[in-house]
Amino acid sequence: VSTVPSPGDTRGRLKVFLGMAAGVGKTYRMLQDGKAELENGHDVVIGLLETHGRQDTARVAQGIPMLPRRRVLYRETVLEDLDLPGVLARKPELALIDELAHTNAPGLEHEKRYEDVEDIVADGIDVATTLNVQHLESLNDRVAELSGVRVRETIPDAILGKADEVVLIDVTPEALLERLREGKVYPRERIDAALNNFFRIENLTALREIALRQVAEEVEAKRLTTELVGLRHESIADTAPQAVGERLLALVEPYPGAQRLVRRAWRSAQRLNGPLDLLWVKAPGAKLDEEQERALQALQRLASVLGAQLLVEESDQVPETIAEVVEQRGSTYILMGAARPARGIARLRTPLPQRLMELLPGVDVRMVADRAKRR
Amino acid sequence: MSVLVIVLAVVVSLAVGLALGYFLPPHGFRPHRNRSEPVRRILLPFTGQELSRRAFEAAIRLAQAENATIMPAFLARVPRTLPLDAPLPKACAFGMPLLEGIEQKALAHGVAVDSRISRGRTYRDALQRLLDEESFDRVIVSADANPRSGLPHDDLEWLIERVPAEVVIIRPREPIAA
Repeated sequence: VSTVPSPGDTRGRLKVFLGMAAGVGKTYRMLQDGKAELENGHDVVIGLLETHGRQDTARVAQGIPMLPRRRVLYRETVLEDLDLPGVLARKPELALIDELAHTNAPGLEHEKRYEDVEDIVADGIDVATTLNVQHLESLNDRVAELSGVRVRETIPDAILGKADEVVLIDVTPEALLERLREGKVYPRERIDAALNNFFRIENLTALREIALRQVAEEVEAKRLTTELVGLRHESIADTAPQAVGERLLALVEPYPGAQRLVRRAWRSAQRLNGPLDLLWVKAPGAKLDEEQERALQALQRLASVLGAQLLVEESDQVPETIAEVVEQRGSTYILMGAARPARGIARLRTPLPQRLMELLPGVDVRMVADRAKRR
Repeated sequence: MSVLVIVLAVVVSLAVGLALGYFLPPHGFRPHRNRSEPVRRILLPFTGQELSRRAFEAAIRLAQAENATIMPAFLARVPRTLPLDAPLPKACAFGMPLLEGIEQKALAHGVAVDSRISRGRTYRDALQRLLDEESFDRVIVSADANPRSGLPHDDLEWLIERVPAEVVIIRPREPIAA
């Protein structure tokens, strides 16, 4: 995934090597790229490298100038970190900086390494860096649920969105496990623990899928940016993901059948990989009976466990209120159950789905059928 | 005179038509249960990708006999690494299809359904939270050491002591797969 720099753009370029887990070869590949640049006559330095004792990684780093680390005394312990002033003073063309999600030692300029990298890029220096997908803030909970391991060092997703280039380093889970068993990822004494905890085939398969999806989304967002604008200084990267991603809005009412609609909407949201909102447009001053109260609480709990947000808007202008919420939330997809047949004069009104399609051109409206009634 | 009669007849016909249109239930619409009638609830908790077919059938039979609503409740465990109110998409990906299947089968039998999901650190904890939040008249559970298809025996003992409702314990044989 990459974007084209504009003439006169003084910022450096940020290239992120993204992987599903430790040991896939991100650092190795970053160093190979750096070495190739060096051999092409560019000024390349290693700002920070973590070899984790891997011989192959140390070998490929040989020949690339390395800046000394900054030493910080914290609670009688000497911590070593990226020397931000040192990189800025040296001003290379390309700095190789490992582990973007790292948390800096206390007392340095920034709390997180990605903030150092932002400063370096802003100073006109290109940066190549590495990142595991579970360090992305939005994926942290999902990865923790999948793997049972919560990663504490996270970075905002927007940092990846700002990268000029994202390179996915992909290996099959089987190949990674083989590398782990051969001692190419961790020292011998840590292999068994790793195999029994994080490095299980089901974890790695799920993480690989997440990494691939993440990069696919980045590709789509960047493609749209390039098609619409073409130049980085006019980048619409911040808005592009909203434009290309789906956001679903399910219209609910507090009655037991609404849960079916929410579950179907959630499954659609999972397939489309988009967030889900639930909206109940409540009649002004309407009092809920005991059954409705109970149904509303059940909906709230269901929304919470599914990671959806339940919105309650008080209005008697139902289509207009829905349209407002769609605008505010950036929804692209509305799901609704079959409405109760209208009675009396209400039969003369335009049905809600048609009204929504009139009010919200470009937004999909889907009627969710009751599967139990299917013949 | 005859014109007046015709006008009156038209007006009366229109009024009757509108009144009928308003008060008669439209075609295909199932009327609400009489709200004065107390709703009996049968809780049917389950923990995994399977639910005992016998427990489900027992719940359906009882619900039909008592004109009750069944409340299938998916008990989801929250890993210790996550906050208790964290979304659980992976657990839901397993539980939702089964919940959907139960609802469809129950509705096909003409039984009303009101589903729940309850989270907890353990299944017992999730059940405890459900007991605190909901009221019901019966609980139907299947006993099984395998948490995929039922509650273990110590949880059942705890349930009998704790729940202020009739508890029906079923030994599972054929599970309803998700």
